Amino acid sequence: MARKYLQIIETAYRATIEEQDDTCVWIAHAMRGGGADIAVLLRGNAVNYGCKGQDASGLAFGEKRQSHPPDLAGDVAGLIGKGVAVYVVEDDCAERGLERSDLVDGLKPVKRAGLAALLAGYDQVWHW
Amino acid sequence: MDKKTLTFVLMDAPYENSRTTTAFRLIDSALRKGHDVKVFAYEGAVALSFARQAQHPNAVHGRDAAQEDHPNPKEWIVALQQAAAQSGSKLEWMNCGLCVDERGVGEVVAGVTRGSPVDLWKWSEASDNTLVIATR
Repeated sequence: MARKYLQIIETAYRATIEEQDDTCVWIAHAMRGGGADIAVLLRGNAVNYGCKGQDASGLAFGEKRQSHPPDLAGDVAGLIGKGVAVYVVEDDCAERGLERSDLVDGLKPVKRAGLAALLAGYDQVWHW
Repeated sequence: MDKKTLTFVLMDAPYENSRTTTAFRLIDSALRKGHDVKVFAYEGAVALSFARQAQHPNAVHGRDAAQEDHPNPKEWIVALQQAAAQSGSKLEWMNCGLCVDERGVGEVVAGVTRGSPVDLWKWSEASDNTLVIATR
């Protein structure tokens, strides 16, 4: 039986302009597309990936204007749309002043105190 | 001792972080003990196997290129391949293909292949465990 994977994404905005996405959210999309049984946990600064209204457009150097800025909230929502459980640490959201209404629909809140129990439900935990 | 298969995911670019050296030490230790190792190089880590890495003299150290013997990770990979052969273990090293293309580091040392996240997932499924050593 295939293993259950939990991808913990903690380091946030790691070259997201250059990559046009978060490469760890991207790899979760790609693995899911290949058939992996995968879930994602956003913690620390990465909880902001669920925040609606982000806009990284407008980058230009000289005459070179960058098209297709990263859409992190859209990429997170896309994972949820593919049936991937995306957890977000409530305490980390609260510390950053993020209300539930600030976040995309479908995120599964989890308390920091509940992380151990959550992790115990997975065969593989990858910490990015 | 049971032979294990271990997958490592590396993410840091060469010459940037001591995590890379630590990762190589872990891989070396596993191979010396006869375990099989699979390495998936992601993002900047694909440059670890770039064949055009070159040693250089170091005026601050007062040494020419030969004396300096600057460590290039491509040579560490080759050394790990040789160590695997000597210990009867197996080392597979795969670069994320898209990561290679965007960095232009497709010229790699022998034995290094390219693949996708799905290949990583298949490797993980076939391994006893997987360790991600991510860029921070």
